[in-house]
Amino acid sequence: MTKKEPFFWITISCGFVIMAFILLPLIEMITAPSLSMLRETIRDKDVLRSIWLSIYTAGLAALISFVFGTPLAYLLARTDFAGKRLVESIIDLPIVIPHPVVGIAILSIAGRNYWLGQIFSELGIRIMGSVTGIVIVLTFVGMPFYINAVKEGFEGISPRLEKVSRSLGASMFSTFCRITFPLAWRSMLVGIIMCSARAISEFGAVVIVAYHPMIAPVMIYERFEAYGLKYSQPVAVWLVSICLVLFLILRVLTSPRKKET
Amino acid sequence: MIKTENFNISLPGFNLHDINLSIEEGGFFVLMGPTGAGKTVLLEAMAGLVPVKSGRIIVEGKDVTRLPPEKRGISIVYQDYALFPHLTVIENIKYGLHFHKVDRKEAKERLDRLLHDLDIGNIAQRFPANLSGGELQRVALARALMIDPRVLLLDEPLSALDPRFKEEIRSGLKRLHRVSRVTFLMVTHDFVDALSLANRVAVMNEGKIAQTGSIEDIFQRPISKFVADFVGMKNLFPAIFSGSRAIIDNLKIELGRIPANSHGYIAIRPEDIVLSKEPFTSSMRNLFRGIVSGIFDRGFYYEVHIRVREATFISLITKKSLFELGVREGVEILISFKSTAIHSF
Repeated sequence: MTKKEPFFWITISCGFVIMAFILLPLIEMITAPSLSMLRETIRDKDVLRSIWLSIYTAGLAALISFVFGTPLAYLLARTDFAGKRLVESIIDLPIVIPHPVVGIAILSIAGRNYWLGQIFSELGIRIMGSVTGIVIVLTFVGMPFYINAVKEGFEGISPRLEKVSRSLGASMFSTFCRITFPLAWRSMLVGIIMCSARAISEFGAVVIVAYHPMIAPVMIYERFEAYGLKYSQPVAVWLVSICLVLFLILRVLTSPRKKET
Repeated sequence: MIKTENFNISLPGFNLHDINLSIEEGGFFVLMGPTGAGKTVLLEAMAGLVPVKSGRIIVEGKDVTRLPPEKRGISIVYQDYALFPHLTVIENIKYGLHFHKVDRKEAKERLDRLLHDLDIGNIAQRFPANLSGGELQRVALARALMIDPRVLLLDEPLSALDPRFKEEIRSGLKRLHRVSRVTFLMVTHDFVDALSLANRVAVMNEGKIAQTGSIEDIFQRPISKFVADFVGMKNLFPAIFSGSRAIIDNLKIELGRIPANSHGYIAIRPEDIVLSKEPFTSSMRNLFRGIVSGIFDRGFYYEVHIRVREATFISLITKKSLFELGVREGVEILISFKSTAIHSF
């Protein structure tokens, strides 16, 4: 065997350092709480409620991103127009803005001295301290991940497939349903997972808009503040494990069937 | 019959100007041109897949310029075939039937005929990912013909195939054209495609039609320097015409006829230039003595450059004649060509 260059060993060592950097804290956190403590935590109604709230608000954010983001992602993947770069940067804005700033920004349009806030209050929609507020915040932070993933998926499909479909008699809508969607839905799923994963992890923006009802990250923070590390860890473990299992199930259910021979 | 009238297309960084083409019903029309000439864009515009700035396209007497692609009855087969990867071969072929009212029995007959004619019955249940280039192409053809289009557009359908099978596929295409009786419009940059398939040819360059005509027109009587060069008339010289003679760099060449213009170009195909060691008496009216200035291996034949005073003539000869004539760089040699082989414009 040929002798490896030092560079090769540098790449390997860096890899190990990074693995340890990511895994050590996570493993420590997951293994810290005792089994009895985990059992006790999951029986706690408040914990269950907040984890459930986290999951379904994140799911709603992903659903909203799917409905509104898919057409935009398609447009961005298929057309070139003046200002496209600008639109793409605007979509990426929520990723780079500090999370509390997101919360403050959303509150500022939801307030009574802003026209949108007035319309909302007249319609009886409350943003501050409500599930609606949480979903709005989570959609705001999760949407870019959905759009970017799906745009990439659409870009990976040759426009010629759509052109051929049109020439064979399919309308634009039929073409989307029969060709584009079947080829892109996997990337939509990836987008949904990315978007909801990002939404579940949001804390900074939610805590400003809605401390109550309490989503899991807020509860973890509150328990840490009030009782310390030991009491916040079990909730965190449950949140992480439930999310992992959910994403895993989603992946398995939709994994490609081995039909090609 | 398909006709374009003053077609103008304007895309970012790309324009097509005043395209006027007329393709007869059931014809096999070949569109040639260098890369970037706008051939694919023209096809897509005919199919309605690229917006047209001005002009009209008429299919069987009906103006379809404003119709969406799905209502034109124009099928397209791309260079990369663009088969739907998530559908099987049979599903690909039958795709168009979802949108066309075709009698069940009629559809079945058409499908069976296409599967048989294109010899793809045995791969009907496979997915495109598991097919060879030739199979992909035949499936794409079957899919396009399944809807019984009025016109079939073929975008360089042979260029991605193994050269060894091209001849076979060409004859397959020719047969398919004959039995389907559909009007074919094929884009290619391969002369052999044009020579063996087309009944009419157009040459395109920089977004314009440079010439339209029969095979003989294009290959023997190009109307511009570009077309002459493009179709391989490698001996192309600017000339002054005097009587029945053309004068190029002090060489007097007998044309055997009096050209209409006083100056222009003469063009001679390299295979029409004969090399010899001794002058021989024949109907060859033009005979010059020159020096071999270069020999290039072109695979099946050799390209020999012969310098006659200031002009360089190019001749194509076989390896056998290269040896028999003892052609080497620097040796003296005679070139001759018939006046009928000279094209002037």
